Amino acid sequence: MSFFKLSRRDALMMLVFTAAVLTMPVWLSPIGAGYPDLVQKFAIYGLFAIGFNILFGLTGYLSFGHAAFLGVGSYTAVWSFKLMSMNVIPAVLLGTLAAGLFAVVIGFISLRRTGIYFAILTLAFAQMCYNLAYSVLTPITNGETGLRVLREDPRYLDSMLGVVQEAVPLGNFFGINMQGYSGFYFCAVMLIIGFFISVRIFRSPFGMKLVAIKSNQTRMRYTGFNTRPYVLVAFVISGMYAGMAGSLMAVTDPLAGAERMQWTASGEVVLMTILGGVGTLTGPLLGAALIKYFENIFSAFNESALLDAFSFLPEPAQHFVVAIVQPFVGEGWHLTLGALFMIIVIFLPGGLVEGISRLVRRRGKSGSDNAGG
Amino acid sequence: MSKTKYTRRGILKSGVTLGAAGVAPSFFVRNAWAQDFTNNPGNASSVTLGFNVPQTGAYADEGADELRAYQLAVKHINGEGDGGMLNTMAPLSLKGNGILGKKVEYVTGDTQTKSDAARASAKRMIEKDGAIMITGGSSSGVAIAVQSLCHEAGVIFMAGLTHSNDTTGKDKRKYGFRHFFNTEMSGAALGPVLEAEFGKDRVAYHLTADYTWGWSQEGSIKKYTEALGWQTNAAVRTPLGAGDFSQYITPVLNSGADVLVLNHYGKDMVNSLTQAVQFGLREKQVNGKQFQIVVPLFSRLMAQGAGENIKGILGSTNWNWSLDDAGSQAFVKSFGAEYGFPPSQAAHTCYVQALLYANAVEMAGTFYPCEVINALEGFEFDGTGNGPTEYRASDHQCFKDVLVVQGNENPSSQFDLLEVVQVVPRAQVEYPAELLGGELGSCA
Amino acid sequence: MDAILLQVLNGLDKGGAYALIALGLTLVFGTLGVVNFAHGALFMLGAFCAVTFQKIMTLSKQVKDESITFFDAYKEVPYLEIWFGDTGAAFIDWVVPLSIFMAIPVMLAIGLIMERGLIQYFYKRPHAEQILVTFGLAIVLQEIVKSFFGANPIPTPAPDIVAGSANIGALFGLGDSVVYPYWRLIYLAFAGIVIFSVFAFLQFTTFGMVVRAGMADREMVGLLGINVQRRFTIVFGIAAVVAGLAGVMYTPILPPDYHMGMDFLVLSFVVVVVGGMGSLGGAVAAGFLLGILQSFASMNEVKAIIPGIDQIIIYLVAVIILLVRPRGLMGRRGVMED
Repeated sequence: MSFFKLSRRDALMMLVFTAAVLTMPVWLSPIGAGYPDLVQKFAIYGLFAIGFNILFGLTGYLSFGHAAFLGVGSYTAVWSFKLMSMNVIPAVLLGTLAAGLFAVVIGFISLRRTGIYFAILTLAFAQMCYNLAYSVLTPITNGETGLRVLREDPRYLDSMLGVVQEAVPLGNFFGINMQGYSGFYFCAVMLIIGFFISVRIFRSPFGMKLVAIKSNQTRMRYTGFNTRPYVLVAFVISGMYAGMAGSLMAVTDPLAGAERMQWTASGEVVLMTILGGVGTLTGPLLGAALIKYFENIFSAFNESALLDAFSFLPEPAQHFVVAIVQPFVGEGWHLTLGALFMIIVIFLPGGLVEGISRLVRRRGKSGSDNAGG
Repeated sequence: MSKTKYTRRGILKSGVTLGAAGVAPSFFVRNAWAQDFTNNPGNASSVTLGFNVPQTGAYADEGADELRAYQLAVKHINGEGDGGMLNTMAPLSLKGNGILGKKVEYVTGDTQTKSDAARASAKRMIEKDGAIMITGGSSSGVAIAVQSLCHEAGVIFMAGLTHSNDTTGKDKRKYGFRHFFNTEMSGAALGPVLEAEFGKDRVAYHLTADYTWGWSQEGSIKKYTEALGWQTNAAVRTPLGAGDFSQYITPVLNSGADVLVLNHYGKDMVNSLTQAVQFGLREKQVNGKQFQIVVPLFSRLMAQGAGENIKGILGSTNWNWSLDDAGSQAFVKSFGAEYGFPPSQAAHTCYVQALLYANAVEMAGTFYPCEVINALEGFEFDGTGNGPTEYRASDHQCFKDVLVVQGNENPSSQFDLLEVVQVVPRAQVEYPAELLGGELGSCA
Repeated sequence: MDAILLQVLNGLDKGGAYALIALGLTLVFGTLGVVNFAHGALFMLGAFCAVTFQKIMTLSKQVKDESITFFDAYKEVPYLEIWFGDTGAAFIDWVVPLSIFMAIPVMLAIGLIMERGLIQYFYKRPHAEQILVTFGLAIVLQEIVKSFFGANPIPTPAPDIVAGSANIGALFGLGDSVVYPYWRLIYLAFAGIVIFSVFAFLQFTTFGMVVRAGMADREMVGLLGINVQRRFTIVFGIAAVVAGLAGVMYTPILPPDYHMGMDFLVLSFVVVVVGGMGSLGGAVAAGFLLGILQSFASMNEVKAIIPGIDQIIIYLVAVIILLVRPRGLMGRRGVMED
């Protein structure tokens, strides 16, 4: 109750969540995922998916163009590095804000339609952004090569304050470099704050209204309730989450590429959310981590790595097992991912979190009906 | 404001140490006398290289071929197999016992031909797997993105297939090296051949993939053909991955142009060429001349995709397996024996890059990147399939002979798709480093 | 003038292709209410029916090239040519149109298996889960194709006689400058025939009538003692066949590779939604509209005025139409709006 107005249950969840996120580099090491870049990615994409879930999970509006906000956040952050300062605070603030403003415009137009028509509108906007960023907007985005921070950039704020320019300019938080684990902790703090806000939204009257809109928008309208401003606010909030995730990508690695806005990137966050569990609090984060884990770790198993892994087996058996496993890892990691999507959605309706809690309930172990909302 | 100099390398190093400490505390025992640099193998008995190639997406086949070449290179460096180009390359410091006596091991990753994914994969190799060198890739965007990452991390990057001028021009880096040729060299090599085949009085129409490499290619071909006296009728940008190019080809029909230049690569090139041929462009007579199609950069894999349509089409390529110099023969022989088919140009450039790195370390006597870079800069060698070659110090670009090729009209086998029209000597494709601008930056 | 005429022709040709590719998708939407992200994969599988048929027909006697010693290189002579001479060669030449006969039963089987084995369990599930499962299926299918055929495009040429261009200008007395590839004209005609057949089937047969009734009110039709479910299964099979045929006939224009389905997925969704969910006529109208506009937007004269317009025209049109007409060109109220 006292803990930022959370119920005891939520406060406990918040504490466990915080501890789990901050110790990720330790407990993820045994499965090879504890190195800085991947834990950064977990935090960043987790934030992206949690934000997406505020729109999709609560209101049911399926946006297929959220990657555009991620891209806008990234580009803004890099421009902030180029023109203002290598300090990450303005970059993150501006990135989030720019994405928010962009979301107001896109949301205002797209929310005139619902269902699949809304999805295609957002998709169309995002694809336009991607195509233009890749080609005619190259002066702003540096096209295919991606926008990068260069030593000779002006950085007016830094030069005004007399900050010494590095040979290789990198994002910093008042002198603390944002690469490696320090970058991760910065992202992790953002993730925890983002998660906290998301919990508060889910439990608030505003969140209730969004869920009501999801379950029956028409009825809400008939009662004289104007739904659009509420959905628009949800849309903008989730756009800002995406913008923040995008700017964090630039913070940990000062480069912004157009492909971040492609429809496949928008699709990815949709998949992450559904995979983990739409409308659950922790599900999207779980889904994001799972997909990124596959992309970075499963894709890296090659034949010699496999032979090493199964070296405890006798020689013929070792080669036999490797021959069977190999099509599913390395260059076959897409196959495993696709199969995983199918298996999870077939056997765990509602995604990982929802599905698992359902299984647990079916076993008769009552009391765990809510694995995260 | 900040007095302490934080460098990315320092942070990365501490990050790696921290990460490794969680798993295997005894792994990172630093020697007091060893120079300190990212992923210093120290006293370890082996050293890890990172092979970052596209394993999914449009260039997956090319990536698979690159990976085969790397695996072969590792074998040869470790003294297994028949030694391949180790028998022909000169000067050579490698002894067939690994690099500086350390056995070579490798990790692989998937670039997906996306800058973000490629950088994530390269970071994994550096941060988690302790790779001392990153190599590979099949597009210029990826090469430039990974090159600047490696430069920041203090790890050497040996570029794979990347053809844009920017890789060793505007975006060159001290830690990045390219063996493959570029659009400037393609233009310089193709120019005289185009003049000899099609004459001085031609009107060209360009279809250009609308991104950095496409523009680079278009610029170079324009520059060299206009120097011949050709006119450029129009240069039209097409969206990457357009699939159907018919709406861009129809205007060519009545434009008055008599040469179509397709500045496309990979799938785009296969599609646009197939469709251009369907529109009857090759049978057309314009201005009293036979209409011609030129594809400035192509490879055997693309020729395979384009099938019959590529026959007789002129273009340039870095290397082809049919070359009969000793280096090429040795490589084709061991690659063929290992995998049962000939290597692609991507495989060749990757194989050579791996050997060049290993050899430079051996020459320098240390893995310390700055010393290795010194050894590579200005290194002159022969016996790797492209004649006498030099790694120019001022831009880290290899200068060597360039092949002008033509789709084979009458192939003697399923692999015999390209016919070498001319081996353009190195002197003809050389240009001053200042032409492309850029700044390497410093090592330490 | 000629340039405009060509662009119109090109627009029609593109439109026909778009409509044909999107037709199956809208059919499945309208009847089953399933968001099928594997539709692109069906298109790709159709194209690979042609590739497989070509591979079988060109099974070759391999004559070793003795000049190459490092690996085995062969000059390939198809058995059909050895056994039947010119007849065999002609057969190989016509391999793409002939593979239609293989593609129809194969695609029908794939469609039925997909519907019975997977899709039927997802009718009542949320759209989000339909998306996830069909997207997963699409990835699995394309990875399987990749493991057999590689990632490189595979050339599948049209028969020689129609490989070139038709002189349309001469036909209308406009001179020689208006030429268009035969195969693209054939594709346009083929698209017209398939689209018309599907229309006629739904409009003029009892089966079609029941399906349409089922689309309007599934429960009512069920109460009348008609097995709607079985008919919908068949509809899914038909959609698979249509997507597959679109793929087969597209192979001479676009040498197929394992990823081609994904490349067309977004496009076919845009066409279907602009046309209006579940509306066959809408999909056709939207296909032609988008095709023609895209064709004109790519003209140099237009690009000079608005740079980059050809990159975004499809999406721009989609946005405008959806804002002006809430349910696309011909969509019904309430379909896929929640």
